[in-house]
Amino acid sequence: MLNTPATSTQVTHGQRLWLYATVALVMAFLVIPCILVIPMSFSDSQYLEFPPRSLSLRWYEAFFTSTEWIQSAVVSLKVAGLTTVLATVLGMLASYGLYKATSVFTPITRGLLMLPMMIPLIFVAIGVFFVYARFGLNNTITGLVLAHTTLAIPFVMIAVGNGLKSFDPNLERAARSLGASPVTAFLTVTLPQIRISVFSGMLFAFVTSFDEVVVSLFVSSGANSTLTKRMFANIRDQVDPTVAAISSMLVALSIVVLIAAQFVKRKDA
Amino acid sequence: MTLAMDEAPGMPLNRAMLKSARRRERRILSGLALPALVLVACILLIPFAWLAWLSLFDAAGNLSAQNYARLLRPAYVGSFLTTFKVAGLVTALCVVFGYPVAYLLSQLSARAAQILLVFVILPFWTSVLVRTYAWLVLLQRNGVINDWLLSMGVIGEPLALVHNLTGTIIGMVHVMLPFLILPLYASMKAIDPVLLRAAANCGASPSQAFRQVFLPLSMPGLASGIALTFVLCLGFYLTPALLGGGRVAMWSTQIADAVSKFSNWGAASALSVALLVVTAVVLWGVRRLTDALSFSAGKP
Repeated sequence: MLNTPATSTQVTHGQRLWLYATVALVMAFLVIPCILVIPMSFSDSQYLEFPPRSLSLRWYEAFFTSTEWIQSAVVSLKVAGLTTVLATVLGMLASYGLYKATSVFTPITRGLLMLPMMIPLIFVAIGVFFVYARFGLNNTITGLVLAHTTLAIPFVMIAVGNGLKSFDPNLERAARSLGASPVTAFLTVTLPQIRISVFSGMLFAFVTSFDEVVVSLFVSSGANSTLTKRMFANIRDQVDPTVAAISSMLVALSIVVLIAAQFVKRKDA
Repeated sequence: MTLAMDEAPGMPLNRAMLKSARRRERRILSGLALPALVLVACILLIPFAWLAWLSLFDAAGNLSAQNYARLLRPAYVGSFLTTFKVAGLVTALCVVFGYPVAYLLSQLSARAAQILLVFVILPFWTSVLVRTYAWLVLLQRNGVINDWLLSMGVIGEPLALVHNLTGTIIGMVHVMLPFLILPLYASMKAIDPVLLRAAANCGASPSQAFRQVFLPLSMPGLASGIALTFVLCLGFYLTPALLGGGRVAMWSTQIADAVSKFSNWGAASALSVALLVVTAVVLWGVRRLTDALSFSAGKP
């Protein structure tokens, strides 16, 4: 087994053992911290241990019985939901417009719309904080949604753009020549064809908003604090095991999302 | 919005009408990007212009270079050096750990690669805050890692692994690795395996084939992965703020402190403008380099 060639250049598996070992170590490094927090969150003691000496649900109870934690979770869900809708609509319109009508302005428009992905978040955070202060948008849901939508637009555009790349434009032309208006042709022919890409763009937009910390840190507070803002303050000031329970739920959520994404991809193929 | 071809039959279809209808439709289509553009302008461009403008004035409102001169103070210079040191070190570690992973993934069958990719994508999808918290718990004084090392007798007393540079770097490597591995894997996947077989046929040893064929062809992908990682590190706030425990002064934490602790908008704006300029220069420089590399790798 170890002496069978692994590549077309006749390297054997035995000669590549070091490579397998390195990759296994890196994979372990990547995944273990994400997973280990789950068993630790069931620990009964104030100090998180692994393996936990005795099991309990007290940190989950601490989360679900705290009005502050629940309030911030609701704020996060509300902001992420609204961001998903707004970013998907704006990103899809922009992506479709740029796909259909190319001009000398297309590259610069695309560049501008991709900017939020490349600019350091700390800069976006203080810039938004500064401007919002003039318009009374700090600590409002509206302010958070607008900022998060800006951050999410590039991800929607990339996802929808990928969908449009593999879409056959003749289908839409056929619909138009049969008398469909541009809007009808888009809604009944193009959109159903790129729905998987739109859906993955929505997923990205939701996660971008729900997981966003730095901008929320500056522009949300009090009753409109997001979950991540409250977690950040909690982690910085004390290591409260309630955060472990929340983190475990978030890791579980990302595993579910990952499985859902794989499932959608398989169904699509 | 109707095109000429939608008009009632019998209408004279002439070239001018078609042309103007097409132009009108193009205008509407180009307008579709407008709402998104307005939002980006309001949330990004206006604040940037405003802060850049603000950075040119001193506290009394007079035009001055004071805010930029302040950046030369030892405290700020120190934080720039720390930032570049951390970004460089994290990027280097990501290359050392990420290259073998991307290489192996690119050599495996599609099915096996898909399974192993889950190990890279799961952390990628997990919130950075959650991962940073996990490292904090693992690395703290009475955390899991110190416990294990103590019970195995490797160390006599707990190591200070967190609230310092070590913790910051461990946490940042964990966040950045997928950003290096995923684009690198995509570019390695595009290297034609026939080229390696050809090299072997021409008498190259496996390591020669790797060094003289695979490595140069993977350079453009590696360069863009490095650029992405390095630039993300330069402006990274979350992990240094939490795992550095206030002891690792990076560019981003200085900006945040200038605003939230000292309400010093002059310093914050000058720091931000400088950070953006450096980010842009690095991106531009790497693009030039990547172009040169792909040219030398035989792709015009």
